Amino acid sequence: MLEVDVAIERGRFAIEARFASDAPIVALFGRSGAGKSSLVEAIAGLVRPRGGRIAVAGRTLFDSARAIDLPPEERRVGYVFQDALLFPHMAVRANLAYGERLTPARERFVDARRVVSLLGLERLLERLPATLSGGERQRVAIGRALMASPRVLLMDEPLASLDAPRKAQILQYVELLRDELRLPIVYVSHAIEEVTRLADHLVVMAEGRVVAQGPVAEVLGREEMVPFAGRFEAGAVFDTRVASHDEAFGLTRLAFPGGELVVANVDALVGEPVRARIRARDVALALEAPPRASFQNVLAAVVHSVGRDFGAIVDVTVALPGGERLVARVTRESVVRLGIAPGVEVFALVKAIAIDRRSVGFA
Amino acid sequence: MPTRDELEIVALSLKVAFWGVAVSLPVAVAAAFVLARKRFPGKTLFDAAVHLPLVLPPVVVGFGLLALFGRHGPLGRVLEPLGIVFAFRWTGAALAAAIMGFPLMVRAIRLAIDTVDTRLESAARTLGARRTRVFFTVTLPLAWPGLVTGALLAFARALGEFGATITFVSNIPGETQTLPLAIYTFTQVPGAEAPALRLSILSVLLSLGALALSEGLARRRGIARDA
Repeated sequence: MLEVDVAIERGRFAIEARFASDAPIVALFGRSGAGKSSLVEAIAGLVRPRGGRIAVAGRTLFDSARAIDLPPEERRVGYVFQDALLFPHMAVRANLAYGERLTPARERFVDARRVVSLLGLERLLERLPATLSGGERQRVAIGRALMASPRVLLMDEPLASLDAPRKAQILQYVELLRDELRLPIVYVSHAIEEVTRLADHLVVMAEGRVVAQGPVAEVLGREEMVPFAGRFEAGAVFDTRVASHDEAFGLTRLAFPGGELVVANVDALVGEPVRARIRARDVALALEAPPRASFQNVLAAVVHSVGRDFGAIVDVTVALPGGERLVARVTRESVVRLGIAPGVEVFALVKAIAIDRRSVGFA
Repeated sequence: MPTRDELEIVALSLKVAFWGVAVSLPVAVAAAFVLARKRFPGKTLFDAAVHLPLVLPPVVVGFGLLALFGRHGPLGRVLEPLGIVFAFRWTGAALAAAIMGFPLMVRAIRLAIDTVDTRLESAARTLGARRTRVFFTVTLPLAWPGLVTGALLAFARALGEFGATITFVSNIPGETQTLPLAIYTFTQVPGAEAPALRLSILSVLLSLGALALSEGLARRRGIARDA
């Protein structure tokens, strides 16, 4: 359980944040400068809040009312920095051992060999940080934090400096950690695809405030989230399970309480959870189901609300029978022409579905 | 080849310079760390005090030392019963050398500490290291080239120290007569240019040796870091 309720002052910038979650991965999401990093620094004890309380796994790290303020070295939080911050004068082996040596034996629950094999560090042990690639450095940084047997892992934009293939690789490692070590993770990011892939609990920050929080699918489906997710990537998230595979056509049916989605073959067993993201720009609306069309997914829905327009474009939120929300990006002209208004029955035509996650956390 | 007397002078100079640097190095590291990383009222004053020997005439420093550490000086009187005597001893020459080299040492080390990313220190703390451990395992090793440079500068300064030494501990052959003092003595004697020249050449060789040694030390650690 992670509980944060703090006020932080950084120069003229004030941050106030309150959230609590026992989800495996909590994501702090927001643009750069929203106060996410200050918040994780406060959890780590590198920044002292003006007031409030921070507790991790039932242990109070900071409480201004009770004059508790543990120094960073006693907090037992693993901190993975954006730029790795490996000790440049030590080989990878010494970097990894740094925190492990300082952890009392009875507190150690992470096995060094396990970390090395989990993160694929076997061949890097004798190298110096300056000779490593960005992805290798980040893996070592994660390993170094883990070897101190932390009670929570804080990851501050760990992928920001990596290219796409490296990002995908590190994301897999993060999922492995979550599933194998059962270590709660606070993941800071400004990238929607990382957040939807990893997060269970989403905390959205803007200008030093928490503007939304809750389960990922629910939060990202909210219309007011569009500006935060970015216009291009905004959309709805569905937590589904694999219902069946159609081997002949290479399709997979994903079931969710309000219906079914058909997607190109997903590499998962029947019954396995899969998170699907449907971007608003990939959804069109129709008053009747098109009789002959290539759309695989035509979902009956009721218009919930018509969003504020960006010039010619409007985001329309529709509700599916099971209560799930879907956002469709259409022109303002279509809204007027089709008479789209709250309560109108429509069909949502889904052009593409992104699969963000093939496994779900341990909660 | 150098004569026995000349070798004795060199040995004394090396002893004075070595102890002057050895004793003041930890103090200089502490002062440099405080100046690089801490904020406190009176920091400017402290900074100025550290740099004072750099701007004062060495004779003034020597006179100050004499006033403080002489047999009848306030500190000399306290230290004498403890068996610590500086006045007219080689230890006094080492003290003078230490004081004169101190600002050079602090400057070099402070610059090196300034270049150490404080976030590396933060990372070490999140891994469970207390401040002193962070200092000895992260800050100091990364500032190593600055330490070597600072120590070398102070050592070279100590080998050349003249004004403060002669004022504080006089020019006693075998006790306080270091290389520069011996050279000076020869130049005061008519027709003794040859021995003065021989000592000067020795002095140059000594300085070159110290320079080469420090380059080697700094490079060994530097390569390990940048490779």
